[in-house]
Parts: sequence; structure tokens; C-alpha cells
Amino acid sequence: MSATHALAGTHRRAATVALVLLAIALGLLLLGTAVGSTGFESVLHAQEDPVARQIILDIRLPRTLGAWLVGALLGLAGAVAQGLFRNPLADPFLLGSASGASLGVAMALALLGVSLPAVVQAAPAAQWLVRLGITGAAFLGALLAVLLTLVLARGVQNNLRLLLAGVVVGVVLGAIMDLLTLAAPDILQALKGFMLGSTAFIGWGANGLLLLVWLPCMALAWCLSRVLDGLVLGETTAHSLGLPLAPVRAVLVLVLALATGAAVAQTGLIAFIGLASPHLVRSFLRTTHGWLLLLSSLMGAVLLLAADVLARWVIAPQELPVGVLTAVLGGTYLLWLMHRRRSGGGGGL
Amino acid sequence: MSSCPISWPRLLTGLWLLLLSLCCQQAWAFTVLDERGVSVPFGQPPQRIVSLLPSLTETVCALGHCDRLVGVDRFSNWPVSVQRLPHLGGLDDVAVESIMALRPDLVLLARSARIITRLETLGIKVLVLEPRTHADVQRVLNTLGQVLRVPPREETEILWRKIDAGVSAAASSLPPEARGLRVYFEVNQGPYAAGASSFIGETLSRLGAKNIVPADLGPFPKLNPEFVVRANPDLIMVGDHHADDMAQRPGWASIRAVRERRICRFSPAQADVLVRPGPRMAEAAQLMADCLAGRP
Repeated sequence: MSATHALAGTHRRAATVALVLLAIALGLLLLGTAVGSTGFESVLHAQEDPVARQIILDIRLPRTLGAWLVGALLGLAGAVAQGLFRNPLADPFLLGSASGASLGVAMALALLGVSLPAVVQAAPAAQWLVRLGITGAAFLGALLAVLLTLVLARGVQNNLRLLLAGVVVGVVLGAIMDLLTLAAPDILQALKGFMLGSTAFIGWGANGLLLLVWLPCMALAWCLSRVLDGLVLGETTAHSLGLPLAPVRAVLVLVLALATGAAVAQTGLIAFIGLASPHLVRSFLRTTHGWLLLLSSLMGAVLLLAADVLARWVIAPQELPVGVLTAVLGGTYLLWLMHRRRSGGGGGL
Repeated sequence: MSSCPISWPRLLTGLWLLLLSLCCQQAWAFTVLDERGVSVPFGQPPQRIVSLLPSLTETVCALGHCDRLVGVDRFSNWPVSVQRLPHLGGLDDVAVESIMALRPDLVLLARSARIITRLETLGIKVLVLEPRTHADVQRVLNTLGQVLRVPPREETEILWRKIDAGVSAAASSLPPEARGLRVYFEVNQGPYAAGASSFIGETLSRLGAKNIVPADLGPFPKLNPEFVVRANPDLIMVGDHHADDMAQRPGWASIRAVRERRICRFSPAQADVLVRPGPRMAEAAQLMADCLAGRP
């Protein structure tokens, strides 16, 4: 009876945290529409000035929402990776999936041409096709990279081997991408912008696509979260509980690849969100994987949204690439976490 | 019928006027085929232009319409008047919002997928032009002349002839012994070189110099330093004034140009002139000719 009570208490606390995260996101969303190169005045003049209205409605709103969605995807991917591999250092970047996704994008750019082909001009619907092409390439790249890492690591049991394999795959795929840029120097500019990571190019269309990816990924992960709970007890115990490990693992790897691929295709490389969000959630709440996945996703969304608003504000009217900012902030957080753990504070890791 | 507020004669006159105005518009309207193969329609000449490529900025100004520029990229710095304009970042980190706030009716840029798609979604007209060769410079000049309606059309051609004549003049100013020199043009310390098929290579060959980097290596190949040692150029031109001391590079001390100290280092302002395929090409040819002739 008391166990049920404790569980209900956890659920209530998790739900409260979810609501708080959503509220923060809403606040940041409003702030996000007010921050940019032209500052707050665009909001003041939005009533009478069509350009100011367009800046708010067609630039700031979609990119702010887009930052939320990309953060949500990265946070989800991070939580899935950490649960799946029972490894607190698993992160879309460390498993090579991000470099796989970038390689996919580089190939798509080289094949489709740096500039979208004339087809797009003829039929605006084709723009979706091209965008799907880049997202699809990023997805395939991420999937292949994760599979390659798993093959090299001979499964997920050995943490050290898994991380080393991830690093090796990341470096090798990075090298292949460098080769590609030497063969097709035209994509260099576009790729450089891509490496920096930025939400500046997210429009409404991209938002639709991101939402279309996030909803099923979140739903799938939520449904399969009981297997992750079982995995915490160890592989043999999970087996003895009758959990269908193999197919669920396969589906979760797909979710991981799709979430990373979609995020990377729209914004480029954004570091540490996937790694830091689950840690942040775990640092103040112990809960089941179902809630952890949802909360990590919401946390990632809030983190990236905050970083994006900050990136636009720090050196306004210019802006920092948000990927640079998350790398600096995330790296600092991770160092602090390591330091705290070493001094015996427990918590995060 | 009697309640109909529009009478037939009035309707016909209206239609006639509509037709007439459409015809006039037709006479003004034209389309331009850009680098992507997309035909960009123009009703009237653009009045508020954003240029995101230095060579395009310079071309607009050379055509006498600097006043129509409202914003440029971070590298555009010539003529001096454009330095006062808002700088909107580079192609890979362009400030979309600042561009919108300038209300441009045309954005000129090079190929770069994300920014083009984003601007077009926002309803901004973009024209993709990316001059890479001498022929491209002439073509871009003509295209922009057409878009800006430089009156009369011949003016564009006069400008081109002036540029072309400038390059020829630079070539004929060279003493005979400066011809046939074997030249290595280093763009930056990759080392990336300007090959024979680049516009810099084209200028060099019009000046009678021999490029040590053959055309089949592509316009700006990354070289193995040993390639340069083996080719043993008579003269080296360096676009990057930060370039290290070439004699210090392993094996380079034996290169003839290094031995005889025939190395031209260009200042940043001169390098801008040299590496931009635009209206200052004649000036670039003169700089290279001075270097070939050993004039300070």
C-alpha cells in the first residue's frame, strides 16, 4: 500500500515538474518573440508595421518554437540513449549518431546541390521533398553510425568499449566528411554554417516536420519505457521478467536515430543538450523511465530555448551560433557535475 | 437589368484600360535567369538591395547604383561608402531578421541553400550570382545592368570594355623579360593555390605568366607543399600577408623564387582586389603586372 502511495507521490511530483517546465518554456517563448537584432521595438510596432509583424510571426516565432522542438528531440534522444545503453555518458554525440547525421547532410548537399534545385521554384510542394531528403539523409546517417558503433563495441555491455567505439566512429565519419568537402568544395560554406549549429533558418515548414517527428518518437519511447525500467535491473533480470528486449531495443535505436537526425537536419550540430537534460532531471527527481523520458525532453527543450534566446541577445544585433553557446555552457555543467561527484556529493551521475 | 450599376460602355472602357496597363507592365517586366537556373521575374528595377557577396557589392557600385544598396555582408568594404551600411554577417551566419527589417526588394547572394530557402519563404526576391571566371564577371555585369536598368545598355558594355582594356594595358606594360615567368599564387596557407582555371589564373595567363598549377587540378586546389618545391617557380605571389616565412618551410629554401627573394606579399586591401572577381579586375591585373615586372 505504501509503495503505491510512494509511486503516486512520484507521479504527482513528476507531473508538477512537467508543468513547471512547460510554464518556463511558455515564458521563454514570449521572451523569444521579443529578442532579436531589431530588439523589442518590433513587438511595439507589430500592430501597424507589416515588416515588424512578419519579423515576429515568420522569423522569431517559428525559430523560437523550433528551438523548443529541437531541444525536445535532443533531450529525448539523450534520455533514450542513456536508458538503452545503461550508460550515463551516452549522448547522441558520443555514440557517433550526430557525426553520422552530419555526414548524411553533407552527402545530401553534395548530391542535391548546395542550392535547392530549380524544381523547388516550379513547385513549392517540392520544397518538402528536398527538406525530407536532407532529414532522411541525416536520419539514415545517424542510424548507420549508431549501428556501426554497436557493432564495433560488440553490444552495449561494456561502457568503455561503447564510448571508445563512439569516438572512433565519430572521428572516421568526420574524416569522410572532410574528404567529401575536398571533392566538392562548394558545400564547404554551407557545412561550416551547419557545424556551428543555429536555429536562424527554421521556418514554419521545418516546425511542422519537427513536430511530426517528435510526437511519434515521444509516444513510442513512452510506450516502451517499461523495458528501460526493466533494463535497470540488469539484462538477465529483464529477460526473466519476460520483456521483449531485442525488438524493443531495435525500435529505441530507431527512435534515437530519427530524433537526432531530424534535429541535426534542421539546426546543425548542437552539443550537450542530449547529455545534460537527463542528468538535470535526475538531479532533482528519481522516477520511472516513462517520466524521465518526457521530462528530459521538456528539459532539453527549455535548455535549448533559453540558450537560443541568450545567443540572440548577448551580442545583439549580431547573434552567436547557439551550438557554440550550448557547447560552452554544457561543458561547464559537465565539469561541475564531475567535480561534485568526485567530492562525494552524489546526485547527477 | 436596370439595377445593374455598371453600364456596358463603362465596363468596356475599364477593360480597355486594364488591358493597356497590362501591356505597359509587360513592356517593363522581364525575367533574369540566375545561377540556379531559376528565372527571377522583375516588374521594375529594385530600389532597396542587399548584397551578400563583396564582388556583387562592387559590381552594383561600379554600375553607379551604390545608393540603392541598403545592407551588405561583413566582408564587403569597397567602395568606402558601403562601410557605413548595416553589415549582415556572412553567408553561413547571416542575420535573417536584420535583412527583413531593411525591407529589401532584392537580395544578391552566392549559392547557399539554407539562407536562400529561408528568404524565399519569407517572400523576399533573391538573385543568385556567383562570378568565378572572367566570362562570369562580364555575364554578372550584364545581368545586374539589366536588373538595375543601367541606361543605356551600352554603358554596361563600356564598363566591361574598360575593365578588359585595363587588363590588356597591364599586360602590355610588362617588359619582355617579365613574360613567361613561372608563377605560384598562394591564396592561403593550406596551402591553397590559385590554379590556371581560376579567374586569378586567367589574369596571370593574359599577363603572359605560366601558372605552375595546371587547370585540371581545379580552380583553387589544396596542394602538397612538395608539389611547389618540385615545380620550382620563378616568382611567388601570396594573397595572405600573414603567411609565414616561406624560406622556413621544409625544402622551400631551394625554390628559385625564394632564393632570389622574388616573393610578392600583398596587403589586405590589395588581396581584396586580387581575390574578388568583380569590376576591380583591371586593378588586380595591374598589381600582378607590377609584381611580375619587379616594380615596387
